[in-house]
Order: sequence, then structure tokens, then C-alpha cells
Amino acid sequence: MPSYNITHLQQLESEAIFVLREAAAQFDSTALLFSGGKDSIVMAWLARKAFHPARMPFPLLHVDTGHNFPETLTYRDQFVADLGLTLKVASVQESIDTGRVREETGHNASRNKLQTVTLLDAIEEGKYDCCLGGGRRDEEKARAKERFFSHRNDFGQWDPKNQRPELWNLFNGRKHVGEHFRVFPLSNWTEMDVWMYLKEEKISLPNLYFSHDRKVFSRGGTWLADSEFITRLPSETLETKRIRFRTIGDATCTGAVESDAATLDDVIQEVATARQTERGTRSDDKRSDSAMEDRKKEGYF
Amino acid sequence: MDLLRFTTAGSVDDGKSTLIGRLLYDSKNTFEDQIEAVESFSKRRGDEHMDLALLTDGLKAEREQGITIDVAYRYFATPQRKFIIADTPGHIQYTRNMVTGASTANLAIILIDARKGVIEQTCRHSFIANLLRIQHVVVAVNKMDLVEFKESVYHDIVAKYKEFASRLDSFVDVTFIPISALNGDNVVEESTNMDWYKGPTLLYHLENVYIGTTENHVEARFPVQTVIRPQSDAYHDFRGYAGRVAGGVFKPGDNITVLPSGFKSRIKAIHTATGELTEAFSPLSVSLLLEDEIDISRGDTIVKTNNQPEIGQDIEAMICWFSERPLHTRGKYLIRHTTREAKALIREVRYKVDINTLHKVEDDLSMAMNDIGRITLRTSSPLIYDSYSKNRTMGSFILVDENTNETVAGGMIV
Repeated sequence: MPSYNITHLQQLESEAIFVLREAAAQFDSTALLFSGGKDSIVMAWLARKAFHPARMPFPLLHVDTGHNFPETLTYRDQFVADLGLTLKVASVQESIDTGRVREETGHNASRNKLQTVTLLDAIEEGKYDCCLGGGRRDEEKARAKERFFSHRNDFGQWDPKNQRPELWNLFNGRKHVGEHFRVFPLSNWTEMDVWMYLKEEKISLPNLYFSHDRKVFSRGGTWLADSEFITRLPSETLETKRIRFRTIGDATCTGAVESDAATLDDVIQEVATARQTERGTRSDDKRSDSAMEDRKKEGYF
Repeated sequence: MDLLRFTTAGSVDDGKSTLIGRLLYDSKNTFEDQIEAVESFSKRRGDEHMDLALLTDGLKAEREQGITIDVAYRYFATPQRKFIIADTPGHIQYTRNMVTGASTANLAIILIDARKGVIEQTCRHSFIANLLRIQHVVVAVNKMDLVEFKESVYHDIVAKYKEFASRLDSFVDVTFIPISALNGDNVVEESTNMDWYKGPTLLYHLENVYIGTTENHVEARFPVQTVIRPQSDAYHDFRGYAGRVAGGVFKPGDNITVLPSGFKSRIKAIHTATGELTEAFSPLSVSLLLEDEIDISRGDTIVKTNNQPEIGQDIEAMICWFSERPLHTRGKYLIRHTTREAKALIREVRYKVDINTLHKVEDDLSMAMNDIGRITLRTSSPLIYDSYSKNRTMGSFILVDENTNETVAGGMIV
């Protein structure tokens, strides 16, 4: 009797491809939310595989806070060119300029929250009824309750207490006009799975993920990179440290960790022994106990 | 490394969340910042010691009320295995969540409070695990510390459970473990308080239990999700039927039949983005290429000609009702089965199951939220199915209310 066992990564890949194909089949107009972070890179990679040899049937949508690390944008443009994808950019700066949102002030100001308005505007403008997100349930406690097919009402809001039950592999993407879905093909992946998959598939990443020397300063227990988008307090002095980023988001809220991990193998080793969660360096999650839940209810990623 | 999906079931105060918290904590799958958050919340709420259950409670209301409302998925890994836990709430009004959690699990942990023994709720949880055809069960007898770690208490519970569970035909193996989730006895570390117990700890068992394959590798089934037709010169004639193998093994050259049309052809190739495969089996996602050009679309199922599933419009099934609005006999719903969608008319509720006594109820046939019962329905177009006990994917469906778009029931074809 031959053995038909597959590894956990093959299982996760197969599940994600199944979910991506379901999204393509069930919705009229889908966009893949792409930040240039590793999760959205893996998702785009899987989407390419799911429809091969055809092109993936949806564009990438980048909600651009304007506060990116320049490395992220370089990588994004190269990735899009290499894989022959379509990229759409929704700009938070534009939402600010047109008065849709008001910029936060103060030294902890971040455009993180503002992204929600820009995202929802982009969804409305693009008439998307489905946005694919790279969110994983292991990331954060509110995300642990998220469905693969997550319903959003016509205000883009998530109602965590009233989610549709999701059984077997049967996804219910039916909706009324104006509502949309967020679909999370990587729901069952962990940070470690993502890293192992990146290695197995030999996917290149923004060099921000690997150790390098950078001018940083300490705030709220994490290292923030020196950047034109952050106003430092007089007490916040710059130091040069050997660091890398475990997650990549907006430069104002993504903290770095001190690290010598220069290769994927080093990173995997480091992740295996990490004592802090991946989002432990994200000040956007630390604003309160339920920061993620509150933002998701408003329509966040 | 392989993957084990399990679900946990227990009544409200059996310590389910504490057990999962303990499993994560003692197997070093928690992080310092998570522990700090839990400690500070515990302290604010005035707990005596850190409440590990908080590691699994996600929503604000859950933390405030100290209960679990919705299924939470947790992940951890040891060098042996990767685990996905569906942590489901124990209240009777959350039967639907337990059904949801069990639908993707290979193993169920059923918690029993050593002080209370086998109670109605134990029967309910076991019944649901059996209904969803879970083959591997661990009965964790918890709170042994509160019965002075007495062997006799444990043995009485084991005997009672065995007597009751002999009726549950899906269970292939049932393993009993006496534990204290609060103190960690026999969860990850061996207990020093129960020398009389010679079996494995819970984690050791989870790491080593032979799950074999719960996939069906005999009956070849391939529900088509979408058709891939690249608009490019290089792949001008390419027509790939994309889907996930739902059972059996497909190889190039196999004679196949497309259902419901009945067209026959042979498999030309099995395509993936990284190359052609010599065989495809469940649960791999692939694209099948056929020798002949025939009309195939989403919702069709490709099967091997020599082994065909059932095909029909009159379906008999066990369902669990999820919606606050009761089932409407003679009502019409949408049915989603594999990749197919049709309308379904509920013809009859044959009986309900009293999930605490497991008795059939035939005098009150109204199906309200969390009720489980046997129904017959007729679909607007034929379903291509196997019984749920043969094949989970080919035998499961959901019902959707066309007005609200809610998922109102989960069903298992008898």
C-alpha cells in the first residue's frame, strides 16, 4: 500500500490554493491586498500558483500610507514586474489631501488607523466584493476568531459575535449589494510556516527582514528606525544597531529587533527560539488590549 | 512534519481553556509578551494567580465575562507535529460552534470534571464528535487534584464512559488520561501525584497517536472549482480543471467520467505550477487535463469510471440547525455541496435527537437553533455525493437562507 502522506506545508499550500480558487469562483471582483510584507508576498505567490498557467485573475492592491520604508517600495515594484502582475495603489496621503481623514498629531502619530478609510474608499471605487488578506490566526487574539471567508457589512465592519459558521471546506460568500468579504487563505499558517515556505519555495524578500546596520532609537520598549516620518523627542537619541524587522508595516509603527540573522536559515532559527510574538514590535497593536479587535470592527485589514 | 487537527469539548467549567493554555505554556509555545498581557489582565481582574485560560480568549466580551463565545483556532508545534486546535465553547447554546470545530478535526479531546463524572454534557459532546465521524478520542479526566488524585474515581469514570461510548460507532480509539490542567499534571509533564497511572501524558499522546490517513484513498473524486484557460499563445489549447482531490488517487491515463453529464474521457496530465504530477490524491490542489474537449464547469465532479458516487435529488441527512430562526418545513434554502450550489426544499423532519439523552424525539419536530435532527430534502439539480461516513467532503453540505445569506445549517448525508 503506497503512502499518501504529505507534509504540513503541502497541506497548508493546498488549502490556501483551494481558498484562492473559491474566492475567484464566488466573487465578481477581487483584489489581493499587498503590503510588500512576507505574508502578502506568500499569498501572491500562492495565487500565481493557483491559476497557473493563466495569470492570476485579480490585481494587487497596496494601501500606501506614504510612510513606507523605501526598500519595501523597491521590492514591491520588482515583484510586480517579475511576476507580471497588475498593481493598484490606494494612497492615504490622497485621503488626507482630500480631507477624507485627518492626520494624527503628536510624537506617536501614525497613519495606521487612517488606512481603514483609504482601504474602504478603494474597495468602493474599485467595486471589489472581495479582498484577499494575508492575515493569520496565530498573529493576534482577535484574528484567532476570524473566518476564511469573513463577512463585512456595507460599512466595511466586522461583527465578531455574529459570524457565519464555517464548516468543512464549504465557504459561504453570499452577500447583499454593498457588502463585501475579506478572504484569508493563510488563516492556518503560523509565522514559522511562512518562513519555512519562503525557504522551500526560494522566494526573495525585502532585505529589511535580514540583519543590517541601521540608525534607530528606543521608544516604548522597541527599536524604531530613524525616518523622516517620525519626530523624535529630545530624549530619544539615535544609535546604530544591527537589527532586522520581523514584520513590515508603516515605518512609524514597525519596530525592529536586534539580530544577526542574515539568511533565511538564520531567521528560521531565530523564530524558533523567539520569546516575543511577531507583533510584539508593533506599536499599533499595543494601543490597548483590544486594539486589533477594535480596528477590525471598523473595517481594518 | 505532519499535521494533527483536534478539537476540545467540555462543559462550561471543565477547564477547557485552562487545559489549552497549559498545553501551550508548558510546551513552550507561548511568548513573553503574551504571558505579560495575561498576567496584567489577571491582576487587573483580581485573580489569585495567572489565568492560563486567558491565552485562548480573543474577544473583549470573552475576557470580561470569562467565557468563550466563538470557536478560536490555536496553533502550536513540537518537533514531532504541528497542531491546529479548534477551541470550542461548552454551553449548550453553542452546539453549533462545537459542530463547526469538529468538522475539520481528526481527534477530539473530551474533558470530564473528575468531581462530576460522566454527565449529560459529556454524552452530548461525544455524540457530536461521533456525528461528525471523528475517529480518535481522548477523554481527559480533569481536576484530579480536587479528588485527591484518587485512582478509584478515575476508574469509575473510565468504566462509565466505556459503557456509554460502546454505542458510538465512529470512534476507532479512545484513550483515557487523568490530568490536572490547573497544575499541569499529565498535560505536558508527567504527574508526580498519580503513580498509579502508567499511560502517556496528553502531549505525548497527541504527538504519537497514529492518525493514519483519515482521507479516503479508494474512491476517486474531484469536484471542479474553476476552469483555467490562459489567454496566451504559449498555452493556447490549455484547459485545466482546477480543484482539490476529495478522495482517491488520479493518474494520467485513468478513465474518468464527468458527473452529472456522464461524458467519458481519460486524464491527459495532472498540472501544477511546479510541474506535472504522476499522481494526485486528497487533499492536493491540482488541475486535471483531459484527452477530449468536453463541456465541464464549476460544480461538476470528475470521478473514475469504475467507481462512481451516488447521484440524485432526494437526499437524507443529519443536520445541525444554526440559525435563530427555526427551520421551515417545506421551506426553500440554498444548498452548497462540494463546489455545487442548488436550491433545496425541506420535505420532512423525520426526528430530532435529544442530545443529552440521545433519544429520538418524534412528537416535536420543530428544529430551532442548536437542534440536531434527521431530514429529507429535494434539490433543484442532482447532487453528486457519497455518504458522509464514507467521505467527509463528498458527504457534507451547508444550507443558506436566501434572504439573509446566513449559513443556517450544516448537514451530513446519510
